[in-house]
Amino acid sequence: MSTVIEPSKAQLPDGMQCVFERPRAMSEKPMHYCPGCSHGTYHRLVGEMIDEFDLLSKTVGVCPVGCAVFAYEYFEFDMVEASHGRAPAVATGVKRCLPDRFVFTYQGDGDLASIGMAETIHAAARGENITVFFVNNGIFGMTGGQMAPTSLVGQKTTTSQKGRDAAWTGQPIKVCELLSSLDGVGYLARVPLTSPKNIKTCRKYMRNAVRCQLEGRGFALVEALSPCPVQWGMTPGAALDYIDDKVVKVFPPGEFVNKLDDAGK
Amino acid sequence: MQAKRRLVKGNEAIALGAVAGGCDAFFGYPITPQNEVPEILSQEMPRHGRVFLQAESEVASINMVYGAAAAGMRAMSSSSSPGISLMMEGMSYIAGAELPCLVVNVMRGGPGLGSITPSQADYFQACKGGGHGDYRCFVMAPWNVQEMYSFPGIAFEMADRYRNPAMILADGVLGQMMEPAAIPDELPVVTRPDKPWATNGRNGRGQKNVANSLVIDPYELRDHNRKLQAKYAAMQAECKWDTRLVEDAEILVVAYGIAARLAYSACKLARKRGIRAGLFRPITLFPFPTQPLVETADGAKSVLAVELSSGQMVEDVRLAINGRLPVTLYGEMGGVIPSPSEVCDRIVEAAK
Repeated sequence: MSTVIEPSKAQLPDGMQCVFERPRAMSEKPMHYCPGCSHGTYHRLVGEMIDEFDLLSKTVGVCPVGCAVFAYEYFEFDMVEASHGRAPAVATGVKRCLPDRFVFTYQGDGDLASIGMAETIHAAARGENITVFFVNNGIFGMTGGQMAPTSLVGQKTTTSQKGRDAAWTGQPIKVCELLSSLDGVGYLARVPLTSPKNIKTCRKYMRNAVRCQLEGRGFALVEALSPCPVQWGMTPGAALDYIDDKVVKVFPPGEFVNKLDDAGK
Repeated sequence: MQAKRRLVKGNEAIALGAVAGGCDAFFGYPITPQNEVPEILSQEMPRHGRVFLQAESEVASINMVYGAAAAGMRAMSSSSSPGISLMMEGMSYIAGAELPCLVVNVMRGGPGLGSITPSQADYFQACKGGGHGDYRCFVMAPWNVQEMYSFPGIAFEMADRYRNPAMILADGVLGQMMEPAAIPDELPVVTRPDKPWATNGRNGRGQKNVANSLVIDPYELRDHNRKLQAKYAAMQAECKWDTRLVEDAEILVVAYGIAARLAYSACKLARKRGIRAGLFRPITLFPFPTQPLVETADGAKSVLAVELSSGQMVEDVRLAINGRLPVTLYGEMGGVIPSPSEVCDRIVEAAK
């Protein structure tokens, strides 16, 4: 492992300044994620949000069960490790008691859209004033690549080895479309984490989702379409192409709900 | 403080006792026969500036409790048997993460959907873990409406002291019956321990806090389990029990909750029939008052366990008595409540 040098503490030659460093909200712990996985990117964006809105001292994050189960290792704010799918209920418990804290969940598609769908829908329906950072990579990553509710029709997984059969297992669940009918939702957006441009868009959406909570406008969720090259059996590059070519056709990106005052501006 | 006696329903007493005991947040889902608890708390909690929220399920309820408890609150849910089963995963997580909370089980007949009539068939679930993994809850069993009022505060205190979930194991009779109880007009002053471990936002704290039950290294998890077991052993100091008519008892009846009420009446009936019967009532079911039971049973000829199940508490009685005396069981099932004279007949039988 290479030595970690804090850029801001490093000796910089005269005339040079540090333009990119680890967010203060993130720890130095090396991440366990697989090559080509975008959890690291998404974590960083979460850290940037906490820094940007100066929320380190008042944030309580809720971790999922799944690949991001160790997320609490990577951040410097308080966190609660929820059981599988229950993060929105745990976040509800925190937020209702401490309404001035910034409370978010970080959840994958198995966690949020399979076992935890009831908690997701009801937190949204109640207009629970929390922010959900949702990673949709269409597969159960940590358990070894089983079919998820968001797996595409025809997608090969370890429990759909000939490809997902819609007649037997149904169609993928579109979380943003599903939640957009609920009045308690203040912000909903989906973005593929496939390019610097899209990551900038994701940052913009996440900023809106944070603001949604800070302004008390209800449930906010950003869905990041993410690659899982290891469980998809692809190279990292091919996995990104797969999202841009195939996944976005089923899961169209964009803002679904935006109740911020400057929406559309 | 003025505490006037008035007619109170058991479930109402639980709700008022929770408020008096410093409950900050209640999350629950409707289920018979405990519905008065959330109904009353839906009024009382906001009135005192506290949190009441009806959850979408018992699964969500217990996880909301988990979040609130992690945030340092005195958090609570109440339910009845099938609902408590749904909470077991969450209870295991709360125990693993060493968080305090209170869960009330107003037991009804099982298994499955069972009935809505009273039962004590959830003793194993409450006292032997219930969810997965090696853990225990601090379990208290009230036997009248007054204790339904006073136990929530004690249970919260124990939960905070040991950073562990506490349960109150009541039943459909205790929940639904009315009897006089002294309920103070004013809320008592509740002292709470500091909770420097709470995940409530760092707010200047030097280190982050994490509420967590994941310990991936087996040696670390072993150490964590040893720590938990040491905690459960230390809880033995909190044993509570009650005895009636035991000084000269030849037959010692062991019963808790509503069964102890029946058994006490039966003991008095038995004495009229010339049999010296006495009652030992465990008040804490975990920790089970093993040593007090052994000492109380000294001098008795036999022990009779009476419970509204096929025989669950009797296993702890037998472990305590450990073959020193014959232990028999009168267990009634399915929500059927035996009469004191039926229990008395069993005492007479045990005396033969």
